[in-house]
Amino acid sequence: MIALSDYLILGAILFSLSVTGIFLNRKNVIILLMCVELMLLAVNMNFIAFSHFHGDTAGQVFVFFILTVAAAEAAIGLAILVVLFRNRRTINVEDLDTLKG
Amino acid sequence: MTFEKFVFYLFAAILVFAATMVITRRNPVHSALFLVLAFFSSAGIWLLAEAEFLAIVLILVYVGAVMVLFLFVVMMLDIDLATLRAGFIKYMPVGLLVALVMAIEMFMVVGPSNFGLDKVPAPAAQGPSYNNTEELGNVLYTVYMYPFEIAAVILLVGIIAAIGLTMRKRPETKFQDPSVQVKVKKADRLRVVKMDAED
Repeated sequence: MIALSDYLILGAILFSLSVTGIFLNRKNVIILLMCVELMLLAVNMNFIAFSHFHGDTAGQVFVFFILTVAAAEAAIGLAILVVLFRNRRTINVEDLDTLKG
Repeated sequence: MTFEKFVFYLFAAILVFAATMVITRRNPVHSALFLVLAFFSSAGIWLLAEAEFLAIVLILVYVGAVMVLFLFVVMMLDIDLATLRAGFIKYMPVGLLVALVMAIEMFMVVGPSNFGLDKVPAPAAQGPSYNNTEELGNVLYTVYMYPFEIAAVILLVGIIAAIGLTMRKRPETKFQDPSVQVKVKKADRLRVVKMDAED
């Protein structure tokens, strides 16, 4: 039988990989967005595993809402990206220094 | 090794491979396609965990909508890959170090010593009459009614924000105004000219 720790370790590996991705591709906004999606997937994996092992549907309902919010986030993020590219002709994070932050 | 375990490890290996490819590919289109593979294999793992509805939703919503949107945007933008790629090697050591430390910390917390089969026994498999979609719907439309409606509002906000952000009016664009077209009178278009007949 598959243990709960197998699911959790898989989620942990996935999360660490996406953190590495954010470090490696820190200039490309598209890949950064994809890494955020991967992180949410890792979190969802944990929710599903706990929901399965505790016999509680609340975890699955939570995943449902996370998927909803992630879809809205991806849509708005990509819209911002398109507007950004239209105005600045770049998606390099380092060029976005107009606010002098 | 049982068949269930074999399927789990197969999907997990594909998932980790796809995630690695997502963060290391040079071309963002390849990254997006490997992310699709990652979503597919995690949907398989969710099926093993008896979350059938969410596995299907993951494929329909994520692969069918979100990833298509990603691919569309990636292909629409004309980006210079070389400058975006700069610093990949430079940040590799610190990225790997942080990820390794995080992974080791998480293994210590969620490893078999705390969440193994002896600590959390595997639940009995559901019978053939069990319906995950029905089960989820029963709580979603009763206990979680208000969160469900808030989720609908969030999606609406997402639609309006995405359209509002990307819509633009260009002065040189020619367009038709249907209300003006409908309201047009005969006198606006036709002019009868009286003139003498010529010999």
